[in-house]
Parts: sequence; structure tokens; C-alpha cells
Amino acid sequence: MELHELISYEVLRVIWWLLLGIVLAAFAIMDGFDLGVGMLLPFVGRTDLERRVAINSIGPVWEGNQVWLILGGGAIFAAWPQLYAVSFSGFYLAMFAILVALILRPVAFKFRSKHEDPGWRSRWDGVLCFAGFVPTLICGVAMGNVLQGVPFRLTEDMHIFYDGSFFGLLNPFALLCGLVSVAMLAMHGATWLQLKANGPVADRARGIGSVAALVTVVLFVVAGFLLHGFVEGYRITSAVSVDGPSNPLGKTVVLQAGAWFANYAAHPVLWVVPGLGVAGALLAALLMRTRNPLLALLCSGLSLAGIVLSVGVSMFPFILPSSIDARASLTVWDSSSSHLTLFIMLVCVVVFLPIVLAYTSWIYAVMRGKVDPKKIEEGRGHAY
Amino acid sequence: MDLDIVALSRLQFALTALYHFLFVPLTIGLAVILCIMETVYVMTGRTIWRDMTKFWGVLFGINFAMGVATGIVMEFQFGMNWSYYSHYVGDIFGAPLAIEALMAFFLEASFVGLFFFGWDRLSKVGHLIATYAVAAGSNLSALWILIANGWMQNPVGARFNAQTMRMEVSNFADVLTNPVAQAKFVHTVSAGYVVAAIFVLGVSSWYLLKGRHVALAKRSMTVAASFGLAASLSVVLLGDESGYLSTEHQKMKLAAIEAMWKTEPAPAAFTVFGFPDQEARETHYAVHIPAVMGLIGTRSLNTVIPGIDEMVKRAEARIQSGLLAYDALQQIRAAGGTTGLTQGLVSQFESHGQDMGYALLLKRYVDDPLKATPEQIAKAAQDTVPWVPPLYWSFRIMVGLGMLFIALTLTFFVLSARRTLDHHRWLLKVAVWVIPLPWVAAECGWIVAELGRQPWVIEGVLPTAVAVSHLGAGTLLLTIAGFALIYTVLFVIEMKLMLKAIRKGPEISPMSLRPGPADNSPQLVPAE
Repeated sequence: MELHELISYEVLRVIWWLLLGIVLAAFAIMDGFDLGVGMLLPFVGRTDLERRVAINSIGPVWEGNQVWLILGGGAIFAAWPQLYAVSFSGFYLAMFAILVALILRPVAFKFRSKHEDPGWRSRWDGVLCFAGFVPTLICGVAMGNVLQGVPFRLTEDMHIFYDGSFFGLLNPFALLCGLVSVAMLAMHGATWLQLKANGPVADRARGIGSVAALVTVVLFVVAGFLLHGFVEGYRITSAVSVDGPSNPLGKTVVLQAGAWFANYAAHPVLWVVPGLGVAGALLAALLMRTRNPLLALLCSGLSLAGIVLSVGVSMFPFILPSSIDARASLTVWDSSSSHLTLFIMLVCVVVFLPIVLAYTSWIYAVMRGKVDPKKIEEGRGHAY
Repeated sequence: MDLDIVALSRLQFALTALYHFLFVPLTIGLAVILCIMETVYVMTGRTIWRDMTKFWGVLFGINFAMGVATGIVMEFQFGMNWSYYSHYVGDIFGAPLAIEALMAFFLEASFVGLFFFGWDRLSKVGHLIATYAVAAGSNLSALWILIANGWMQNPVGARFNAQTMRMEVSNFADVLTNPVAQAKFVHTVSAGYVVAAIFVLGVSSWYLLKGRHVALAKRSMTVAASFGLAASLSVVLLGDESGYLSTEHQKMKLAAIEAMWKTEPAPAAFTVFGFPDQEARETHYAVHIPAVMGLIGTRSLNTVIPGIDEMVKRAEARIQSGLLAYDALQQIRAAGGTTGLTQGLVSQFESHGQDMGYALLLKRYVDDPLKATPEQIAKAAQDTVPWVPPLYWSFRIMVGLGMLFIALTLTFFVLSARRTLDHHRWLLKVAVWVIPLPWVAAECGWIVAELGRQPWVIEGVLPTAVAVSHLGAGTLLLTIAGFALIYTVLFVIEMKLMLKAIRKGPEISPMSLRPGPADNSPQLVPAE
């Protein structure tokens, strides 16, 4: 027996499905608050100094946070290559829009305060707001489309053909999911601002954040009902080989109303996951109102995890259904990397992720405390 | 007009990669220079070295932001524009990219925040650790991306799986220890160090010419000249041709760089100058230096470098062999697995499988490679010759500039040792004008490596023409225009901010201006 066979292919596939969810949830939680702060920037800061307080609250950490997205891309590529190939090429123009935002974001942070000119600064503030809003909206819209199935087919030698258009992505259900995403990151960003800022910035963040939390709950629940009532789920009808080769074309799949709720029906304990999404946001609203920003941030983070993971739980074992050729749908059992690659990558995660979490925690500890507007005015200790 | 999706996809990738590579080498090199400067500060306690770290750190930061911004594009583009590639080799190629994020990007990006925001919050040593982490992260990211790139040039440790229709990893250690990847890593990182050293040297020379920030400029030049000398020797002596003999197409690349049409007896001569003519298969007005090419390319006197024509003949034979593999694969798939009936086919596939990529070269001319005519096969074999003139010239520009950088850094190293850095104004002017040239050399290096890899995206395994996403030409034109527009605007802004920061100059802390008793101890350069 070779080393990598210590863990069966089936178990590795499930672990990597979990890791996919964990990395996406971590991206939402970690990069989410700084995307949220970007979105809220024009609304929480009226004066230049107030805006600089908001920007400098995320200044030391946003770059590290964004690596969760890069890790997400890399992990999908390494562990779910067919998912990476289909989704990135299928959502081509949407991905391009995200890239435009992510190209402008680092530059906006770095360039904004390098000139005194108010026009220059307010233009870059607009860019930061746009660059927070666009990826947030599109990620949500993409989730909404994944839940409905995406119009792609695979040839016998695995060439991908995508029959949809950019505007086809903007259907009502997907846009609703996009709004859930915007609302939840607005909530999350606001809890961060309440924690890191004083005075009017924190006050405005509290007001906006507690409303955003309630909006998140309402939209998420409405999306859940619509998903149950109007969106057909997918179900595998052929025998499943959980350790077979990664070739999606060997199975048969049907569309079925309510299929996305089959996992919850079979294992009611799974309701905890979307329940966390709702309860976390409600608690976050309450804690923001009662001025407990740190706990609010934690609850808001839990809510994000619940919302992101509930999509995965609904769809398991599907990860990307095809709306035009259902048998080509990608599932956990037929679109992963090889047994050996999944094992090697798991070893890398087990070794490096704890190290990453350790120094990330240390950096947050070093940078703890409120942002001091006086220091910004004097130009001490603040780079933006 | 039917626009070629392959050509457009390649154009976009080349555009975004060449642009990204304007920022990467400076990040890699300047991070190390920041480490050197801050180490001196922590060890000697002289605040001028902290001022230097902070000043070059400002320029590092502007450049770093651009590197981050353009880097994400690279990771996403494999899936966006090269989806068949992503499917076909994701099992191997995805791993180094994911490890790069885990091991390198987190380190670099997490600590870069502390580098800028942590001066008041960390102890001296604590801050130094943050700077080291940034440098380690950026250098490690080069390691992992070059392991990925090295595998494209020399795909070791993988085999084709007929059931999944893709390459899968068979020996990950081989992927990690790929000699092409190792050579590329040393060469590329050294090139980054040269870029940063020449940058620091040039900007400091400008300060000396203006008579501003003299103490800081001289110290910076001393660091840059010695670091740059070591790096520019390393970049030439450890050039990545050392990996070129490891595979068939690397030999083709070497022959194309040299425009060596016919095989010559070892050691082959180096053509210093000439005009390669791909149609006529000759190099006009060629000036040769005996034996030098053999030495550069093989590090030996008796290894023969095959010429282009011979390589084309070999490619044709491999296409024929690849067709046998392709035929066997189709029949195995039609039979639905390795049953008793297909045993003969399986052994046919196994004995010719390593050439199957060559059969895929025919896809450019015919949908079913098995129906290819002899003319099409001959054409596909000709396609294995990369586009010679740009390789030939890029290589010569790169090598010529490499020699110039050795001369320049050596000169300043000597001046610095003699403490006469500001005695020759013309040399300072030269150093200022040379600033853009390392970027020219680095971009030429990219062209040699990646244009030289054509027609393959994975050498011998997957032709570039087969690897693209099935996108519309209009969509591609839109994104190419979009990238070009954003990148141009940002480039202009970036240059303005860089120049503004340089003109503004460093902020010298009051302590650095006061000559204390500590300044009587031996120094790297004399106080003016």
C-alpha cells in the first residue's frame, strides 16, 4: 500500500469538499469585512479624516485577507480542476469584472492619500467603494447561478462549451443572492468599523450595520423559500462510485423540485448551518445596538460561515450542476483531482494552515486597538 | 473576418504576464535589500539605516501594490482563458499554485501590513522579523510559480489517465526537484535582485548628482553595488540554459535561440550577430565565435547540440508514434475500459503514450488527427520550430545587458570600496540612464522562455492551440482592450507617484543628522 492510500479516495474527496467550504467561508469572513468597509466608506466617513480612519482600520490587514481569495482560486484549481475550468471560463466576463475591481483596490489603498487634492482623494474613495461592492455582488450572483445550474456541456474528451451569456447571469434569483451577499458584508464591515473606530464613524457604522444585519436575515430567508418553491434541484439517479475516476459523464442526473432540501430532510441536524446564518446576524444586530462590537464581529462572522456553508450543504454532492446537460454536472465524486494530489495537498494544508493562522493571529494582536485620528493627522504609524 | 481565438488568448496572456512581470522582479529584489538595510540598523543602531529602510520601503510599497493587483489576474486567467489546459493538467499544475498561496502569499501579504504599520508597535527585532517575512514570502512565491512554470517546460512526474482524459501526478518529488524549475528559480530570482540593485543604484546616483541626501544615497549605493554585483554574476553564470538539454523541446529552444539550422560538431560556435531567416533556413551575415555556444548550452566541450532541421525530423517521427497512441486511446475508450480485448491496445498506448501530445499538434489542421495527410504531418512537424528571430534577438539583448550590469555594478563596487562614489559625475549619469534596462532584460527573458516554448503549452504533452477556452472573439477583444486601458492608466499614475516619492526624497530623522560618538567607528562609507 502506498502512503497516500492511508486515506481513502472517498474520504479525501469529502475532506476537500469541506475545505472548499471552509476556504470560501474564511474568504467571506476575513476579506469580507474589508470589502464591507470599502463599500461603506462614503457612508460612514463624511470628512477626509473620517474616511482615513476607516481605511486605516483595514490598512494593515486587507492584503493578507485577500490571500484567502487567492488560496480559494489555487485550492479549487488543485483539488477541483474541472470546477475551476468550467466556472472561471463560464463566468468569464463576471470574472473580468471582479478582476477589474481587484486590480483597482490595492492601487486605490496605496495611491489615495499620496496627494492632498480632495478631488483625487474622493475619486479613489469612489474606486474603493466600487471595488468593495462589485466582487461582493458578483460572488453572490455566482452562487445564485450555481444553485440554479449553469449552462455548460462537456465533450467526450472534456472540452468545455458554455452556452450562456453575461446578462443571463443576472436573473432575479441570482440577483437576490447577490443582495444577500452585499447585505451580509455590509453588516460584517460595519461591525469591524464599530470595533476599530470611535465617534461618528463608529456611530454611523452601528446604525448601518444593525439594519444591514436585519436585511441579511430577511433576504436570506426569502431566498431560502424561493429556492424551495421555484428552483429545481438536481439528483443523481445512477449508481454512484465514490472512489471512481474523475469523469462526470458516466452518470445520469434528473432535475427535481425541492431536491436542494433533500439533505436537510435526511439529516435534520444540518438545519444548524442555515440557522447559524440567521441567528448570527440577529445576534450581531443586537450586539451592535448594545455596543459590544467584538462579539458582534464574531457573531457576524459565524453568520457569514452559516450562509456560505448552507449553499454547499444544500447541494451536496453537487458542486456545479449543468442546466443544459445534467449528466455533465460536477459532483464531489467525479470532478476532483487524483487520489495522490488530494493527499499531497491535504498534507500541505495540515502543515501550513496552522502556521498561517498563528502569525495572522499575532498580527491582529499587534494591531489591536482603535485607530487614532490624531496619529493619522500627524502621519505617525499610519501608511494610508 | 474569423479572428483566431488562440492568437487572442495568447496575446492577452502575454500582455498581462509581461505587465505583471514589470513589478515582480523589483518586489523580489527590493525586499532583500530592505532586509539588508534594516539588519544593519538593528545591529548598529544607526538611525540613518532605518531612514533608508523606510524610504526604499515607500517605493517598495507603491510597486508591491501594482504586483498584487496584476498578480491575481494571472491566477484567474488559467481557468478563464485556458480551461482545457486547466482540466488537462490541473491535477499537477494547480498544486504549486495553491502551495504558493499557502506558503508564500500569506507570509508576504500578511507581514507587508506590519512592515508599514508596525514601526511604532513592534520592537526593533520584531519589525526586522516582519521585513524578513516579506522577503521570504516574495522569494518563496517565485520558487513555487517557477516549479509550476518549470513543469510546463519539462513535464516530469506525471502520466496520462485515459479514464479522466487528463494528466495526473505520478511522482510529486520529481515535480519539485525538476532541474528546469531549479535553474529557472535561481536565474529569475537573481534577475530580480539585479533589477532592484540597479534601481537603488540609479536613484541614489541621481541624489548624488543633485547633491541631496548624500549620506543616505552613498550607503544605499554601497549596498546596491555589492548586492548587485553578486546577483548579476549569478544571473549570467547560472543562466537557465543549464536546463535546456534536459528535454527534446528545450533543445529545440536552444537551437532556435542560436538560429542553428544544421547540427554542428561539438562544441558549437556562438553567433554573435546575424539576421536569422526562418523561411530560407539560414542566418545572413553571421559572425561566429567558435565553441562558445557549446559551452553556454551544454557546459561541456563534447556534447552535440542538434540543429533545427534535425529536430524537425525527430518531431515528425514522434507525430507518427503519437498517432499510434492516439489511435489506441480512441479504441480503448470506445471499448469502454481495459478488458481482455483491448490488452494489445493498452500496450500500444503505453509504448507510444509519451508521444501523444505530438499527435495533438495535428488538431490545428484536422479535427481527427488519424485522418491527417502526410503534408499536414509535415506542417505540424515544422510547427515545432518556435519563431526564431524574436528569440534570437531577445536572447542577445538579454545577455548583452547582463554583461553591462556586471560591468556597472563592478565599477560602483570598486568606487564604493575606494570611497570615491561621487568622483565621476558621468558614471553617476550612466547609472541613472541604466535604470530601465534591467526591466528590458527581464522581459526579454520571459520572451525567450515562453515564446521559445511554443507551439507547446506543456512541452510535448499539450499544444497551445488545443488548450484554450471556447470563448467568442468579441469577448476576448473586450477584455484585452479593458486590460490594456486599465493597465495603461495605472502605469502612468504609478510612474508619477514613484517619481513624486523620489523627488520628495527620504525623511531623515533628526538623530541621523547629529554626528554622535557612534559615528567614529568604522563605516561602510565615509561621512561627508
